[in-house]
Amino acid sequence: MEQKTNVAAEDSKQEIVITREFDLPVDLLFKAYTEPELVEQWMGTKVLKLDNKKHGSYQFATTDPKGNQHRFNGTIHEFVLNEKITRTFEMENTLFPVQLEFLTFEKLTKEKSKLVMQIVYKSVADRDNMLKLPFSQGINRAHNRLEEIVNNLKK
Amino acid sequence: MNLRRDVFQAIADPTRRAILLLIASQAMTAGAIAANFDTARPTVSKHLQILSECELLTQEQRGREIYYQLNPEKMKEIADFIEPFRNMWNERFNKLESVAKAYKTKK
Repeated sequence: MEQKTNVAAEDSKQEIVITREFDLPVDLLFKAYTEPELVEQWMGTKVLKLDNKKHGSYQFATTDPKGNQHRFNGTIHEFVLNEKITRTFEMENTLFPVQLEFLTFEKLTKEKSKLVMQIVYKSVADRDNMLKLPFSQGINRAHNRLEEIVNNLKK
Repeated sequence: MNLRRDVFQAIADPTRRAILLLIASQAMTAGAIAANFDTARPTVSKHLQILSECELLTQEQRGREIYYQLNPEKMKEIADFIEPFRNMWNERFNKLESVAKAYKTKK
């Protein structure tokens, strides 16, 4: 199946931008983030709290195969129906610092929509940890450049 | 396992990345490569050795000179490095799409 999700992680930036087009009307895509029933299904989590409004907050929990529960939570800073959600995301009881997420929902056609998810981390190192890259920072620009070269070589 | 054979570790070094970019357009001798850097010639040689060990470079003997060039196949592995993260999100979003479609049908 075609990969429809794009991930951009530029060198020396403490952010990741994830872009995806969906065969869904934008209101339905938005619901996937706001209806607890939907969130639970696609994220595989239990929704403990989901208060969809400015200054609202959420708390989700997942259970790993060993039966341990992991909770994560955040505060909603902006909430514009079918347009955007700005929120924090924090994994409880881990060393990962809180991250900031800008979710932008865009109508493409009646039946298609696009999600842009910009995630801002506390530091470049925190971002790279999250990406679980086994090598040091500063690699992504090189990667982009190298990718161009490789593509040219393949022509 | 020899860690040095890890291509990602090999390109984590800025000088080694610069070398790869330098020879991307043309095969070069060690001397010609070293002329582009302020670092000592043996240091550049060491970098070339590491890049060769992890197969990012291939060597070609031309007369008395050895020319280094990029190995496109190995370079492709680098191009694929962000794939696991992207795959994770792609699968997650595929799930979102199918769950949302089923929800729409139900309502």
